[in-house]
Formats: sequence, structure tokens, C-alpha cells
Amino acid sequence: MITLYDYELSGNCYKLRLLMSMLGIEYKTVPIDFYPGREHKSDWFLKLNPLGQLPVIEDDGLVLRDAQAILVYIASKYDPSGTWYPRSDPALLGEISQWLAFADGITGTASAARLHDGLFYELDVEAARAGAHRLFRILDEHLWFGEQEGRDWICSAPHATVADIACFPYIMLSEEGGIPRQDYPAIRRWCDRLKRIKGFTVMSGIFPAGPARAA
Amino acid sequence: MSPTKCQDQVVLDLWHPLAALEEVPARTVQDTVLLEERISYVSDGEGKAAVWRSRPDLPAGSPVDIDTLGGCLPIKLAYGYIWTSLGTPPAELFPIPEYAEADRRKLNAATVGVNVSAPRAIENFLDMGHFPYVHTDILGAEPHTEVKEYDVELSVERDEIVATRCRFFQPMASTASTGGADVEYIYRVPHPYCSVLYKSSPVDESRLDVIAVFLQPVDQEHVRAHMMLCVLDEENEDKVIKRFQQTIFGQDKPILENQFPKRLPLDPRAETPIRADKSAIAYRRWLSQKGVTYGVIPAAT
Repeated sequence: MITLYDYELSGNCYKLRLLMSMLGIEYKTVPIDFYPGREHKSDWFLKLNPLGQLPVIEDDGLVLRDAQAILVYIASKYDPSGTWYPRSDPALLGEISQWLAFADGITGTASAARLHDGLFYELDVEAARAGAHRLFRILDEHLWFGEQEGRDWICSAPHATVADIACFPYIMLSEEGGIPRQDYPAIRRWCDRLKRIKGFTVMSGIFPAGPARAA
Repeated sequence: MSPTKCQDQVVLDLWHPLAALEEVPARTVQDTVLLEERISYVSDGEGKAAVWRSRPDLPAGSPVDIDTLGGCLPIKLAYGYIWTSLGTPPAELFPIPEYAEADRRKLNAATVGVNVSAPRAIENFLDMGHFPYVHTDILGAEPHTEVKEYDVELSVERDEIVATRCRFFQPMASTASTGGADVEYIYRVPHPYCSVLYKSSPVDESRLDVIAVFLQPVDQEHVRAHMMLCVLDEENEDKVIKRFQQTIFGQDKPILENQFPKRLPLDPRAETPIRADKSAIAYRRWLSQKGVTYGVIPAAT
């Protein structure tokens, strides 16, 4: 069984809880006192992940770090439908990798601003917010044009992929870093679509979608 | 001394929390903001601490010896936190007698920055009506949404608001819970920016867990919320107890940050209360009577 080293308020940990919930996978949780205890920088944890970052999983003796890498692993191993990470479609895999890297950019900006405001991390918060807005603008346009073409998700597929999961949490939590989403209507519609996927689960700061509007 | 940015003498004269003593690195200057003023503090790691207005010769991170410091602000160490005041504080901070009981777990669940005024955060802390909707399947669940009649009084002798006979059905009241239960609550507001909650202990029905929120007003619309736990739980590790409380607080955070207007309106006609808001009404009236103006929109006179 997968063991997840987890912190409730971490959007990166939530990515994995979300995918595992949608796939209906059972897993064990080891809570890490990320704040205020900084347990992810403790000696024992650094042996698990020398970068001192969450999340980490253990599965069948494999220790894996990095939310995006773990999404790829879990989807490849545990998704019988093969849709979350379609290994046989090179173009789609390229697109997914592109947006997984984009998700890392969201972590470096929107998540950083949230850590500054909520947990007092010292960093240039104005630069972080500006960086997040730049990425949100790019994603909003991408999603808007997708909607015109009948595409609901980030990548060119009729279903969500791990790229959608990877981008979702720190967009939803952006207001905690002083980054409003009023100007990104296509992002807001995409977030609601993602919340309606079967098996969707919440984390603190993210609420379920309301009932879908009648067509 | 330069005049303070906060002109509210009632608030200036209060004790305000700055940090959990246990989390402060020893003998190193730390910085924070209180009432828009830069404040520095240090702990010697052995139960002694000092607080002063930040000054250029003692920047954050520099080593300092408490005994050689001069020109410090008033200080109190209580309930696990460093407290100070920018005015003339009372001799004593409000009492929490349970804190002295030896078998309780005493923790700072977290200190979190929130984009909200202190009085709005206190009001949310007092509200039971949001439990099923915001803390779904933890502190409440549909269809158990009714806030039953409860009592609120202003204790003149202690100058604090007390709400009693509060009851709510909670699927998982604490880390020590084994299932849903009707939980009894008592709320105290003994300080304009601090509230203490007592709730039935799942471990011992004759005693109550104590959860307090101590708000450090950074400015009129931002706080550092210090969450103190003083609970009965022999089973769970500290981090599990903290995680539970952080989960709850993380659910409240977006609600708090989306309150509008950010400052709490004290005019009784400004917002329409319902019966469940009895304690909030008493709180607003109490702030008005005290003459608190910081973090609120005072009633027109």
C-alpha cells in the first residue's frame, strides 16, 4: 500500500490525495509537522528526501519525491483506464509534461505568496504575485480557446489528465496569497469542472462545487 | 518617543500576543509587527524573554543578551506565548485556570497570518451556525444545522462575555473522538481580540477541552492568529493534535478573508443578525461600550 508523507495544508500533498481519491486507491498517511514544527527539515526526513520537501511516497520499497513525479507514477501504475497519464500517446505525453512543468511554476509563485502571507516565509511577495498573474493569464487564455474548440481540460484529450490535477490546488488557494481570480473566468469554469469529477475530495481552503447549473 | 500609529488607547493598553515561546530560537533577535509598529523580541531559551521597539543596532537574526538590553516594552509570558503592550497594560492577563492542570496537553497549534480584522475573526470563532457547511463531517454535518437556544451574558465582575449552554452535534469533535456526539460549548471573550472556547472532552465527560484563539493585530485588517490548545488526549502525538486544529482553521481562513467590510461594523443596523448570532451581538455591543475603534467601523454617534 502507498504511504504518503503528508501535510494537510500543502497543496502539493493534496494533488496526490486528490488523484488517489479519484482513482479510489487506499493509502496510509504519515502526518508531517511542516508548520510550525519544520519536521520536513528534520534529520530523519532529510534521509527520505534530501531536498527537505513534501510530498514523499513509499510504495513497494520505492521512495519517490516531487508531486508531479508522483502523479505520473501513481497514474501509470494504478489507473486501469489509462486516461490520467496515457502512456501510448507521445503528443499527449509531451503536452502533459509541458503543463506539469507549468504547475511547478505555479508552486514557485502562487504557493510562495501563500506561504508568505500565511506562514511568514520571507520572500519578494509582489514578485511572486506578479509571476502568478502572468501564469494565470496564460492558462486562462489557453482554457478559453480550448472551450471554443470543445476542449474542457488543459491537454488535448476528452478527459482530465494529471496536468489538470497538478495545476489545480495552488490556483484554488491563490487568494490566501493575495491573488484574486476574478479576471480569469475560464480558469474558474475549469476549476468547477474538475470539482465535479467523480471521487473529487476537498482540502482545507477548497470547497466543493455547487450543484451544476441546468443546461 | 514617536506617537503610535494606532490611536485607540483601549487597544494600546491591552496585552497582545507575539509568538509561541517554545518556537522562538534562543538568544537571537526576532521581528514582528504589532499595531503597525515594528517590534523585536528575544528569548533566552530558559523561560526569560524581552520585547522592544525594533531598532537599527539590533536587526533580526543578530545575537543578543537579554540582561544587557535596555528600553524594553512591558512583557508577560502566559499560556505559552510572549505578550507585550504598547500602552499601560493591566497587571494581570485574563485567567485560564485550566492551563495549570498538569494532565493537559498544551500546544500552539499554529501561528497563522490571516487577511482579516481581529474582531471579524473573533466573531467567526463564536459562530456555531457555520459548522455543518464549513467544517463538514468534522464539527458539523447536515441535517444537524440548527443552532439551539443558548445563553449569553456580560460578566461585569470579570469584564468578559460568556456564552453558555451551547450544544451542537459534531461528527468528530476532536482527535480523541470515536464518533458523532452532542458536544457542549462554552465561549468566553475576555479580551477584545482573544477568545477561549471550552468543549466537552471525549476522554472525560466531567471536564472540558480548552481551545483559545489569541489574535495579534498586525494592522486593522491583518492578524497573526495564535491558536492555543489545552486538551485531554493521551493517545495522539502533538503533531496529530495540531493537524486537526490546523485543518479546522484552514477551512475558516477563506471565509474570514472574504468578509466584507473587513472591519467589524458596530452599528446595530449595519448587518442583520439572526437568533444564532446572540453572542456576536453581545460582542459588538461590548466593543462599542469599551470604545474600541481599531479594527471596527464604530457606530455613528
